[in-house]
Amino acid sequence: MALSGLEIYKLLPQTNCKDCNYPTCLAFAMKLAAKQAALKDCPHVSEEAKVKLEAASAPPIALVTIQGGEGEVQVGNETVLFRHEKTFYHRPGLFWRLRDTDDADELKRKATEADLYTVDYVGIDLHLDGFAVEAASGDPATFNAAVSAILSVSKKPLILLAPTADLAKAGLEATNGTRPLLYAADQDNWEAMAEVAKQAGIPLAVRADTLEALSDLSQKLKQAGIEELVLDPEVSGYLDSLERLTTLRRLALKKTFRPLGYPIITFPGVSGEVDETLLATEHIAKYGGLIVLEEFNPASLYALLVLRQNIYTNPQKPIQVQPGVYEINSPDKDSPLMVTTNFSITYFSVANEVEGSGQPAWLLVTDSEGMSVLTAWAAGKFDAERVAKDSKAFNVEEKVSHHKLIIPGHVAVISGELEEEMPGWEIMVGPREAVDITSYLKAMWLN
Amino acid sequence: MTVEIPKEKWTGSVCEVTLGATADEGGTRSCTLTVGGETAMPFLHFEGVTPNPPALALEIRDRKPDDWSLLLHQTWGEAMEDPGEWAKAAETAGADMIYLALSLTTVDGEPNTPENARAVVRKVLEASGLPLAVAGPGQSEVDNELLVAVAEEAVGERLLLGICEEKNYRTIVAAALAHNHLVQSKTPMDVNLSKQLVILIHDMGLPLERIIMDPTTGALGYGIEYGFSVMERLRLAAFQGDTMTQQPMLVNPGFETWKVKESKVGEGVPEAWGDWERRALEWEAITATTLIHSGADILVLRHPESLRRVRAVIDALVNPAATG
Repeated sequence: MALSGLEIYKLLPQTNCKDCNYPTCLAFAMKLAAKQAALKDCPHVSEEAKVKLEAASAPPIALVTIQGGEGEVQVGNETVLFRHEKTFYHRPGLFWRLRDTDDADELKRKATEADLYTVDYVGIDLHLDGFAVEAASGDPATFNAAVSAILSVSKKPLILLAPTADLAKAGLEATNGTRPLLYAADQDNWEAMAEVAKQAGIPLAVRADTLEALSDLSQKLKQAGIEELVLDPEVSGYLDSLERLTTLRRLALKKTFRPLGYPIITFPGVSGEVDETLLATEHIAKYGGLIVLEEFNPASLYALLVLRQNIYTNPQKPIQVQPGVYEINSPDKDSPLMVTTNFSITYFSVANEVEGSGQPAWLLVTDSEGMSVLTAWAAGKFDAERVAKDSKAFNVEEKVSHHKLIIPGHVAVISGELEEEMPGWEIMVGPREAVDITSYLKAMWLN
Repeated sequence: MTVEIPKEKWTGSVCEVTLGATADEGGTRSCTLTVGGETAMPFLHFEGVTPNPPALALEIRDRKPDDWSLLLHQTWGEAMEDPGEWAKAAETAGADMIYLALSLTTVDGEPNTPENARAVVRKVLEASGLPLAVAGPGQSEVDNELLVAVAEEAVGERLLLGICEEKNYRTIVAAALAHNHLVQSKTPMDVNLSKQLVILIHDMGLPLERIIMDPTTGALGYGIEYGFSVMERLRLAAFQGDTMTQQPMLVNPGFETWKVKESKVGEGVPEAWGDWERRALEWEAITATTLIHSGADILVLRHPESLRRVRAVIDALVNPAATG
């Protein structure tokens, strides 16, 4: 639980020595409470106070970092139950499960394909985060070879699925220079697993089928010196998953219940009886941290990656593009001029469509404060006045020799007013959806 | 160590709304559909009840649409030629309700008429006993003209009439009042606008038991997060006791997802988008599943396979005894 400024003040020396560069201890305490100063700036604070303050300032859900040869995945550190309360911070990691029962060539083939997978969404490159490699053979040498094979073709972070300490060690021998997550410690093997994770300095997952058992185990592991834990509450269906993940999030945030204040790992396809994509959907919307998929299918992965991007977008900051005139396919003075808003999804839908049509065009992007066409229009941020003003501000007159402006079909109602605002210009009403732009340009511009 | 589930204590609940009327109730429906009544955030049975599972409607048209994805044409086939056949096919596919959207023009390109709308609604009512929603084509004057006729034709059936928007709701609400129907109150992804329109409609004398809120949502990739959060905020407000936010929520993932490029187009798209049909179905099912978790009470879909998949999710979520 975060402490108030006054609570912090009580733990400080209260000498107003100014060594922290603040005029009083109270002022410093207030800055600490607002997280605008660090405790280390006070050279006189007692050890006892330090321990208390640090414990209080630890995040309610620990941050866990998994590193590959390149790149890393960070999960945890979430602070809200609902994204509108602030935002969700760390997008859940999406991992694909590979088994060492496949031979090395097959593993390389699979890992290469998935490693290279990347898809563009509104200018952002989305990709799979890494692989969860399972020691399904039960043989240390086979597992070691499988991990080596995968690392020979991919630098993505790994999760090692190893049921025993011996297997874990064999897998880890192949992961030089990386920081995988070890999965998992349970009631029976936790001491040995803790030892392996501690030696290697890597995060450890802990598994139990009740929250009581899970919190008992996580406390033992913490005492054994493991700081970065990931919880597997062993959920398998839509309902037990929703109940347990919601409970875990609430315990961490509302009760500051430390034993369960860690990110969560789930395996939505593990039961084989539920729809993996739709359970993964639930885990993205409701509190999953690391999601291990059984299946790698671009059509489903693309959809899940986009969902993750959407849910973890900061609600206070819609993704915007810079207003201005954009050139698509090297336009000239005879190319069509279209206008849309600066909401990123709107911009990219239109820009991608025009680009795909092969038709050179100018795209005027007005400042609609990051709103889509209809929303911006309803809010008065994409009306005739705004379009006319930005046309002038960005000198569209100089870009084209014709005086024709194509507006989105959704705002057909502003065309009359816009012709008044822009004397001498012909306002053409384009299609309502971006997907119809190509056929519109063919029919209305080229002929 | 015992771990206690932290529970919320809410004072408010979602209003229960019943669509459709059987013969005893002055209509001809073979069953009615009740939605709403929740007393906690979606499916948290440990702190509240979900007396009615989210309902799934399938959208049909008064005529074969020109702009629907080829994938939808393939799945519905000849049934799309006739709204009665289409309604029957939707019922067979497992819909809880038929959502009939009227078109601006007839197949011949002539403007749609009140006579035609009446005939189509009559046909659908006779073809399927499911509760029915009827929406206009989305142009105020035409909507009003068609929906007034529809309301009169289907008097007593407790249709859901759509779509009431801030700029055009009075005529539709009056028709619902006069002929014992319900209305769909749609606002553009905003908590206050949503509440405001419910107040305006209620002020005209329509009881809250006859209003369904449509907070609007975007498709996956096209603003779903806005709809998701607005719905969560509306639902939290409802539980905190704000009576004008307690209407059941309808969303239309079918309409939203089947117009986006990912679903509509199979060629000339990045290879990373994967198989077209699978992608299109994922788009609709994922959008719907996400919105179930933000409190949707009625979801309008277009593809029967999405309905089947989302139904399985709902069945598992509403029934604590079921596994999976």
